[in-house]
Amino acid sequence: MDLSVVDLSRLQFALTAMYHFLFVPLTLGLSFMLFIMESIYVMSGKAIWKRITKFWATIFGINFALGVATGLTMEFEFGMNWSYYSHYVGDIFGAPLAIEGLMAFFLEATFVGLMFFGWEKLSKPGHLFVTFLVALGTNLSALWILIANGWMQHPVGAAFNPQTMRMEVTDFLAVIFNPVAQAKFVHTVSAGYLIAAAFVFGVSSIYMLRGKWTGVAKRSMTVAASFGLLAALSTVVLGDESGYTLTDNQKMKLAALEAAWTPEPAPAGITLFGIPDTRTHTTHLAVRVPWVLGLIATRSINKPVASIYELVAVAQTRIASGMQAYDAVERLKANDKDPFAHREFAEHGRDLGYGLLLKKYVADPRKADIATIEKAAWDTVPNVPLMFWCFRIMAFSGFFFIGLFGAAFFLMTLRRYETRWILWLGALAIPLPWVAIELGWVLAEVGRQPWAIDGVLPTSLGASSLTRPELWATIASFTLIYGALAVVEIGLIVRTIRKGPFTYALPEFSDRFDGPRPGAMATPSSAPAE
Amino acid sequence: MAFPLDYEALRVAWWVLLGVLLIGFTLTDGFDLGVASLLPFVARDDSERRMVINTVGPTWEGNQVWFILGGGAIFAAWPFVYAVAFSGFYLAMFLVLAALILRPVAFKYRSKRESRGWRGFWDWALFVGGFVPALVFGVAVGNVLSGAPFSFDTDLRIAYHGDLLGLFTPFTVVCGLLSVSMTALHGAAWLGMKAEYGVVRKRAQTYGAIAAICVVVLFAVGFLFVRFGGLGYRVASVSDMAGPSNPLHTMTAKVPGAWLDNFRTYSWMILAPALGFMGAAMAFLGLRSGREALAFGGSSLSAAGVISTVGLSMFPIILPSSSDAHSSLTVWNASSSHTTLFNMLVATAIFLPIILAYTGWVFKVLWGRSSTAVIMASPDYY
Repeated sequence: MDLSVVDLSRLQFALTAMYHFLFVPLTLGLSFMLFIMESIYVMSGKAIWKRITKFWATIFGINFALGVATGLTMEFEFGMNWSYYSHYVGDIFGAPLAIEGLMAFFLEATFVGLMFFGWEKLSKPGHLFVTFLVALGTNLSALWILIANGWMQHPVGAAFNPQTMRMEVTDFLAVIFNPVAQAKFVHTVSAGYLIAAAFVFGVSSIYMLRGKWTGVAKRSMTVAASFGLLAALSTVVLGDESGYTLTDNQKMKLAALEAAWTPEPAPAGITLFGIPDTRTHTTHLAVRVPWVLGLIATRSINKPVASIYELVAVAQTRIASGMQAYDAVERLKANDKDPFAHREFAEHGRDLGYGLLLKKYVADPRKADIATIEKAAWDTVPNVPLMFWCFRIMAFSGFFFIGLFGAAFFLMTLRRYETRWILWLGALAIPLPWVAIELGWVLAEVGRQPWAIDGVLPTSLGASSLTRPELWATIASFTLIYGALAVVEIGLIVRTIRKGPFTYALPEFSDRFDGPRPGAMATPSSAPAE
Repeated sequence: MAFPLDYEALRVAWWVLLGVLLIGFTLTDGFDLGVASLLPFVARDDSERRMVINTVGPTWEGNQVWFILGGGAIFAAWPFVYAVAFSGFYLAMFLVLAALILRPVAFKYRSKRESRGWRGFWDWALFVGGFVPALVFGVAVGNVLSGAPFSFDTDLRIAYHGDLLGLFTPFTVVCGLLSVSMTALHGAAWLGMKAEYGVVRKRAQTYGAIAAICVVVLFAVGFLFVRFGGLGYRVASVSDMAGPSNPLHTMTAKVPGAWLDNFRTYSWMILAPALGFMGAAMAFLGLRSGREALAFGGSSLSAAGVISTVGLSMFPIILPSSSDAHSSLTVWNASSSHTTLFNMLVATAIFLPIILAYTGWVFKVLWGRSSTAVIMASPDYY
């Protein structure tokens, strides 16, 4: 296997997935915020809430289009770039993707058109229900995608079948109710709600600072502050660290993001700052708080957090066992009735993936020497400094938003909408959750390395038999298309924000049919004359 | 594990469902693709184009999910097919993706700005997003019928021995043009029902009638290629229909004309190509006489007939290998496990009726002709 093809395939997947995830979280959160805003409209009958809903829906639509467009790539990239992966785990991994289409994406995509074009064709509660279905669809979609991703992190309910040379499902319910997947789902959608809240709050803050459309801005800020506070708390408190004790790879991820090189008695301390050194396997200038990590990660005071050295030793034993599993599979290929090979496979089969780690160095893993085994065992350690810093920036952002939305919620409750520092902070913080969420994915996926499927299939074996020119061609084209679309999309969103909520809505807002006249609004500054 | 359905039956069920998904995609998103590829020809100025775009504006997104679901379902039920086809036809798939990526943004962004250059660009993007996928899908089906140059090693790792240009042969180009004509016909029939009365609708009916003739001619030319062009494969080993999914156990042989075998053995199968021709003829008559339901029904039947013809002619082969007799994919050697096929069938049986019900309802709510006057007065429209 040409390693550079693997690296280029990873680069392309990372680029397209991270780009896709610039749009998805805003869709996840904004769809529910639209539902909240429209609910207020339906319950209060006040026309300004319809205007608020439609304004944010316009931005939702611009963002949604690019989310859909880039999602297409994701659905087909597994087969295009990761064909051996697709063959090896399609029996399990394909199912959640297909169910996502059946249960979620159809719902979301069918009703999103009606949400935009059905205002005049449906009753008020009818349209509200359609908006709810769109929000439900987008969030169910995230559920099934994270069940698929959770299975890559913690492959439960499946076993290798030597007759078909692939993993096959043994317990589908275990795949669906995978604890790692559930933790990831809650964490990821909460982060999406946080992004949407930060976006709505930030844009409204800009309006407030400029004294424009303050009626819409104040109301939007109130919704965003409450929604954002809940989202930030849920993102941080229900962070997916709870899943980090389940498998060797998840434990390794935890050890790596803490730069926990050597064992430590329970409960382990947390390192607030430090410079991990991958050569000496130590962390310089570490600033540590005792106990905290043990409490978060194990939810106990007596369970130890595994260290990198310990986990590498475990990997080494599993690689040795995996060599025997590989041997058994080779013998079963020749004679699938061989009882000794069956027995050997029954004993060592669970370590087959570890044996495959050796393929990076030797064509036949059975011929690996002890030095190679040790090298492969150290390959199970992901990039420690990257993990360490991604985690810290992500976690810092989470706590920052608890503070920001906590303060905002407090101020909004007191109706102190014009507190300048919170408006400035809100406006400046718009990009921060995007940084955090992308780093979160880096943490999850780079932290999973060297595995495509934890303990089952090394990433380096998953790629298609493509050539470097083919990959460069598609990487360059994706970069070009995606780059251009990003410029257009941001341009259109900025334009929509500049135009504001009332540009072409004056006749409607004058409100012959729809609730009280604008003069009767709570705050005089919301008058359409703005 | 015991299942109420045996492995063999589930494999056939999923082969049928693969066809259902492809037909579902063609009957729904097919007219979106067709409308987009007709756009520059049937609608000349901005108001005409907006009117045409809004005939599919609110519903194309849901229709496109047939395509996405098709991808997911092939991944789940036929992982070998998913892995071989998408990695083998890598650059062709990329072309489809690039074209389809333009579509959602073109719909959404086009009318956000007044400038002629801006709108002209996105109209062009919509055309590409309709024409290129239709063409490449057809070319891909042509390559499936011709056999693709791939092989498996004993780890079942795929090696592909062809390149992008190798995908284009006279036969596959005929298939590509047939696919473009089918979607154009379907799109024209849709415009007949959904466009306001006037010049655009007339033009659509004219182009649609031409497309109907093209469908008949190209479908017939395809038959000549299959009959006399040396195409066709046959399973040459005994198939264990409930055996483990491993292509290495099967042997196929290239036999010119073998794609017509099934029609000789099971004469009822001739219904499929007959529908392909008769549906197009019905659509032609419907378009010429202004009977819209006849036109749309005809184009639907024609597309369903053409797709069924391809599937039935190849059964049980799904994707033959032209370079290795032991690598061809069939209904009996390329599926998921018994458990997964069963679970997915249950999921489909639950959700597909629900999907059809709410999709039908949404189409009903949004029913009615696209009207220039309404569109130009409201900023909510595309």
